[in-house]
Amino acid sequence: MILPTRFYIKVCAALFALLALTWGLAYVDLGSLNLGIAMGISIAKAVLIMLFFMHVRDSGRLVQLVACAGFFWLLILLGLAMSDYQSRGWVPTRRPDLSQSHPASKGEVPRGL
Amino acid sequence: MSEKSAAVAHQFETIEQQREAATLGMWVFLATEVLFFGGLFMGYTYTRWSYPYTFEQASHHLDATIGGINTAVLLLSSLMMALAVKSAQLGKRKPLVTYLLLTALLGMVFLGFKALEYHEDYVDHIVPGIRGFNFEGGSPRHAELFFWIYFAMTGLHAIHVTAGIIVITVMAVLAWRRSFSSEHFMSVEVTGLYWHFVDIVWVFLFPLLYLAGHR
Amino acid sequence: MNAVELAPPAPVPLVEEPENYLSVSHTVASWLLTTDHKRIGILYLYSILFFFVIASFAAATMRLELLNPQGGLVLSETYNKLFTIHGVLMVWFFLIPSIPAVLGNFIIPMMIGARDVAFPKLNLMSWYIFIGGGLFALYSIVSGGVDTGWTFYTPFSSTYSNTHVIAMAAGVFVAGFSTIITGLNFIVTIHKMRAPGMTWFRLPLFIWSLYSTSVIMVLATPVLAITLALLSLERFWGIGIFDPKLGGDPVLFQHLFWFYSHPAVYIMILPGMGVISEIIPCFARKKIFGYHFVAFSSVAIAVLGFLVWGHHMFVSSQSVYAGLIFSLLSFIVSVPSAIKVFNWTATLYKGSISFDTPMLYAFGFIGLFTIGGLTGLFLACLGADVHLHDTYFVVAHFHYIMVGGMVMAFMGGLHYWWPKITGRMYPELMGRLAALITFIGFNFTFFPQFLLGYLGMPRRYHTYPPEFQIFHVLSTAGASILGVGYALPVIYFLYSLRNGKRAGANPWNATGLEWQTPSPPPKDNFARVPVVKREPYDYSPFEKERTQNV
Repeated sequence: MILPTRFYIKVCAALFALLALTWGLAYVDLGSLNLGIAMGISIAKAVLIMLFFMHVRDSGRLVQLVACAGFFWLLILLGLAMSDYQSRGWVPTRRPDLSQSHPASKGEVPRGL
Repeated sequence: MSEKSAAVAHQFETIEQQREAATLGMWVFLATEVLFFGGLFMGYTYTRWSYPYTFEQASHHLDATIGGINTAVLLLSSLMMALAVKSAQLGKRKPLVTYLLLTALLGMVFLGFKALEYHEDYVDHIVPGIRGFNFEGGSPRHAELFFWIYFAMTGLHAIHVTAGIIVITVMAVLAWRRSFSSEHFMSVEVTGLYWHFVDIVWVFLFPLLYLAGHR
Repeated sequence: MNAVELAPPAPVPLVEEPENYLSVSHTVASWLLTTDHKRIGILYLYSILFFFVIASFAAATMRLELLNPQGGLVLSETYNKLFTIHGVLMVWFFLIPSIPAVLGNFIIPMMIGARDVAFPKLNLMSWYIFIGGGLFALYSIVSGGVDTGWTFYTPFSSTYSNTHVIAMAAGVFVAGFSTIITGLNFIVTIHKMRAPGMTWFRLPLFIWSLYSTSVIMVLATPVLAITLALLSLERFWGIGIFDPKLGGDPVLFQHLFWFYSHPAVYIMILPGMGVISEIIPCFARKKIFGYHFVAFSSVAIAVLGFLVWGHHMFVSSQSVYAGLIFSLLSFIVSVPSAIKVFNWTATLYKGSISFDTPMLYAFGFIGLFTIGGLTGLFLACLGADVHLHDTYFVVAHFHYIMVGGMVMAFMGGLHYWWPKITGRMYPELMGRLAALITFIGFNFTFFPQFLLGYLGMPRRYHTYPPEFQIFHVLSTAGASILGVGYALPVIYFLYSLRNGKRAGANPWNATGLEWQTPSPPPKDNFARVPVVKREPYDYSPFEKERTQNV
């Protein structure tokens, strides 16, 4: 499948638009949503690159499976390992008041039960 | 366009089989690369979960402007690479060489900016492991962890970029020497897959490292 | 008229030896620069044998040390180095490459009707990378060894150990890339190079097993690589990611390490299961029972094996809730393995069984792997594991699987395919004797260790209370018998190379494309591309000479 040049340029423009969005998001404080949305935008960029620049959309099912496999397996590592940390019941760190010049000198080392 | 005889390697029956094998092989390799970088992403995830405030503080010390420009550079280089593969598909030698060289050039621009950044970091005393690391903030030790992760991830990424530039340049030379044709261009295609992957890794690194704390 | 008299023509030899992959050239360069998958398999065979011998000496020294409750043969520090070297070499430089890189390389292309693997030059490169990794490991050993255990737990390995950790880690790192390349090669080969008519469900189960193994190799090993790199950085520069004093977490290392190392044990057993699936139908003269179940079980083991790593960390301060999940998943992962054991047993039922050497090893595998697997379930229980963790029970469990299972399967496979690889038969009586000696020696060595562990003897200790001595003496006695069981095949295999009876194409009257070629095979395996029309394992009770499968 040979895609028209204009199409590639449009994909690139979309990627630049998403980059601008990423940048803009950094100026908005949405608390814990910032990370999630930023990752969502990155995933969107990755999907565009994979589908069109890497021709995954026009590849067979095997290639599509392999293309997803790596990310899926990484999610297993991140998900199960973090499920350990998050279910230990350690005292969550608190964001120090930003008006203070120094946050708690002990840092935010999580204490055990 | 003249073609080197589309010689099929002896273990394959047809050129299509060879091409499919090469493509699948590269995709499997990219899956291994996802897991390879993935270990570092795990380190990042754990450390950021442990010290969210320090992470954000430390992230402010990175130059997000250069980071943003570098992201744009890589995205553009991916476009160049995609157009290079298209030229190969159409058997157009001169555009192929041009696009390959542009890709490599943009890659070098990326590395140039990274070198600038690393130098800036050195001057600002935030390169860990060498004398003079100095972080004015709550927990210098935890900030040092952040910077270790930053240098490990971007360093590993830069190594991959460098390897990519070398291979792309070799492809450009081969293309100039008429080694490819519209039937026989799988090396270009496979190189393209690798380069796009390197771009995707950076697409994740940029917000995670440079934009961790809002501005 | 021509005055020159022509000499009479040279006498034509009565029997012409056809050219095969061994005879095609005898130069050193033809071996070291070969891209022939069969020669590469043999290169790997010699390499892993080398490391097996070194690791065995380490084990022998350990067993001698353990004869006495107070030790006395070696210092504690030396003992630590011995079990580390034994573990590292056995896991990464013997077991992981054993069946895949030796038998897999040799047999896979032939089984699927291909001339070679997808990337023959990468294949050769993988061997050189393996040797490179081995050189790093040898350097580490020769310059004083490593004492961290094969698991390299932090912060001991990253901060406190005074031994050559980075060199050994580099060796494993490099060898890991050899594994990745082999796995990648097999995946592409199996997907893209099957002969016409060789559909997925006509593939021998050996291929299904090795395919699943390759998926694990490719997805798990990179995480080990980056973990060892981080460990080395921590050790060299003190980055602190694994050191609690510096804000890091040693359990993070364990998560990363075991994310690879648990799937790694499936890398080490799945190929063995594949060999057993080939041997049993052949020597029971019966189609495998439940082909689809066995095939899907291989894939299930590969996938589920990635979800259970936390069972190595139950007592590490890992959260109890995560422990619950990992424990449940560990029980689930045992199911596909059990399915395979049931299917092999059902294949034997009403089969026409002959007790050739490969079959003896297969029997040994089924029994010993079952015991090893069941004891794994003991360990998967959270409560029981608190008592059994880091005891000899664990040591016995994994040796039952890796030695009683995998090594027996490797020996079985080696005997089964020896005629194909070398064109010679080994002496059958010696083969059976060695199998029997191995089985007896193995059980004497490792069964007492279950008891030891249950009674509380910790692993990696070389001194112990006197009441444990009887078990250790039994174990060491068994180990000496086991050593004989392993030494015998080396001797008679070498003997068979010159003096063994010449083997025909199909001495076992087995199904499978690899038996349709001469023994040893020609360089390109098949004179013309075979076309597959028959189902696999179509053994019938009415024996007839196996003809061309085309």
